[in-house]
Amino acid sequence: MTAATLTDAPTEPGLDPDTGKLGMWVFLASEVLFFGGLFVAYLYGRTHFPAGWAEGSRHTDVLLGTVNTAVLLTSSAAVALAVACEEDARQRRWTARLLALTAALGVAFLVLKGLEWHAEWREHLVPGPAFALHVAGAQQFFALYFVMTGLHGVHMICGIAALGVLARGRSRERAWARARQLEAAALYWHFVDVVWIFLYPLLYLVDRHG
Amino acid sequence: MTTDTLPASYLDDGLTLRSWLATTDHKRIAILYALAITAFFFVGGAAATIIRMELATPAGDLVSNDGYNKLFTAHGVIMVWLFLIPSIPSVLGNFLLPLMLGARDLAFPRLNLLSWYLYVAGGLITLEALLLGGVDTGWTFYTPYSTMFSNTYVVLTLVGVFVTGFSSILTGLNFIVTIHTLRAPAMGWFKLPLFAWAMYATSLILVLATPVLAITTLLVCAERLFQIGIFDPAFGGDPLLFQHLFWFYSHPAVYIMVLPAMGVVSEIIPCFARRPVFGYDSMAYAILAIASVGFLVWGHHMFVSGQSLAASMTFSLLSFIVAIPSAIKVFNWTATLYKGSIRLDAPMLYALGFVGLFTIGGLTGLFLASLALDVHLTDTYFVVAHFHYIMVGGTVMAYFGGLHFWWPKATGRMYPEVWARIAAVLVFVGFNLTFFPQFILGMEGMPRRYHAYPPQFQVLNLLSSAGAGVLAIGYLMPLVYFAWSLARGKAAGANPFGAKGLEWQARSPPPTHNFDAPPVVPAKVYDYHADEPEAEPVP
Repeated sequence: MTAATLTDAPTEPGLDPDTGKLGMWVFLASEVLFFGGLFVAYLYGRTHFPAGWAEGSRHTDVLLGTVNTAVLLTSSAAVALAVACEEDARQRRWTARLLALTAALGVAFLVLKGLEWHAEWREHLVPGPAFALHVAGAQQFFALYFVMTGLHGVHMICGIAALGVLARGRSRERAWARARQLEAAALYWHFVDVVWIFLYPLLYLVDRHG
Repeated sequence: MTTDTLPASYLDDGLTLRSWLATTDHKRIAILYALAITAFFFVGGAAATIIRMELATPAGDLVSNDGYNKLFTAHGVIMVWLFLIPSIPSVLGNFLLPLMLGARDLAFPRLNLLSWYLYVAGGLITLEALLLGGVDTGWTFYTPYSTMFSNTYVVLTLVGVFVTGFSSILTGLNFIVTIHTLRAPAMGWFKLPLFAWAMYATSLILVLATPVLAITTLLVCAERLFQIGIFDPAFGGDPLLFQHLFWFYSHPAVYIMVLPAMGVVSEIIPCFARRPVFGYDSMAYAILAIASVGFLVWGHHMFVSGQSLAASMTFSLLSFIVAIPSAIKVFNWTATLYKGSIRLDAPMLYALGFVGLFTIGGLTGLFLASLALDVHLTDTYFVVAHFHYIMVGGTVMAYFGGLHFWWPKATGRMYPEVWARIAAVLVFVGFNLTFFPQFILGMEGMPRRYHAYPPQFQVLNLLSSAGAGVLAIGYLMPLVYFAWSLARGKAAGANPFGAKGLEWQARSPPPTHNFDAPPVVPAKVYDYHADEPEAEPVP
């Protein structure tokens, strides 16, 4: 968390536990269960409507999805480098730039995702009376697709904001933009990335083989 | 050092409204929670009062069908999410956890304040839904009724529940990190008071179960607004999926309510029996066992839903297994009393009441975990009586016991002992009078959630309504004498009950920074002896 919290931390002198990192891990455990409910719903739908799931998945834009996966993985590498640079005094000048790069890649992901959503809207793939596919379950697939990618997008926005603020604070040598805060934010960013690593095959690659 | 030179207590450290609403002091936030929770407790209680008035006669003459549906929904939603779940963790836990650990505050003081604001926001949204016209789905929001048919404020209420849920998650997160990182140097895990163990286990459930409720409420809202077909069979969805997701949270939520109560009782009983807790290690492990096995029993709410027999048998077996650690705790509390020097002060009365009522509530839970019997008892008053024995007989009794036990610590004043004992007895008698007849009503087949019933059920219902009146008096009395004691109560010393927890080494009321001198962690936890003086003299 922030510097004020850490200096307020009520401990013996000399003992400064890294509460922020543990707090972030606990928060991420909570987040896993948050997305977990959606994965259970996905599992239910896919076992009951295999044909609908296959049909729905074939209508996703696998090219954009794959490009976005690459973008997000690259951003995770950038944030990992930022943390490593922060820990080494000689490399510290790179930290802010790498953080900014991570946030920029996040924005690129959202732009591509937005284009994808827009195309799907035009093709009547948004659940509703005018839904384009007529295989049972395809509509549920797209319902979950929009809820899952939408919530993932919300998490992306939070992550981009956090990294952007940290990049700015770091470049101005602010006290609250230190290694510990970076590490907690990076953990969060990796989590958002990992969620996408699960979403990508589950949404884009059903029945794409052969 | 005389009292005059010591820094002001947390109550005197800033007297403006801003100094309260912008505080990051865990003790002040606990007081803020206490005020908000008390308000919601009496709103929920008012709904229950009208329900019991309606049920005093067989005919549905006081409120309409719809009105009754909205009343029991309001009662359930408010009592579960706005009172029971935050009650002990957010009030007593907030106040006591840092003191018990010998810390200056929680790990994230500002996050703690944010939790309170989220709680209040969620509560106000829920209240707004009630004022606009209410919800009639029951607190369980079962689909497809909640997604398709109910013509009430389902979405707004769910938004309120969603927001309140995040308050729970953040509190749980704060407690977990605090217990891991901010224990006093000599405070090992097995020197933690059992209240802290209970807070730890509760926090694990808060953090891991509440997000599933959050996503479920989101999906219900999406289903209701856009008819996306996740839960609604008319669009190809499955209502059972909703039940699984809902109970995955809502069964562990029972342990969110009762584990903290067990923690409170484990502090009170050794103090007033002057005996160390019997089987401390097994008590701590039992808390963890209840919290973890509690995640695996949700299907026992769905025995009549059509889930597979294999699933039902598994859930039944696992539900029986929860009884083992629960029984270990009951036996240990009882064994703690053995050869003790027992004093029946008000907190002890509540704690002993808890042990008895929790035992009844727990054992009747085994009736409901039995597959064949549950078919007969599902959706009857037996279920209503069972969970009220756990939640009211358990959690509320322990919450009141804890309020009395730590009242001198929080306010620096003693509550009036005689009145408090009368109230405790009234609550115990009124509670049993209200809910015991409901076991019999349920066995005889009276279904829950109806505003009218056949005349042969009237005697038992009338007893129940009369009991509710006694219970209401028992709950209102503390409101009066606690307020009185703030002005007129006898000054309490640092440790009026001769208790051994670290929180009693701080002044009453404690200063903002908690301890004037670093607290001394005793070599043994719960080191009570029958022959020592019970209280140090009040200065």
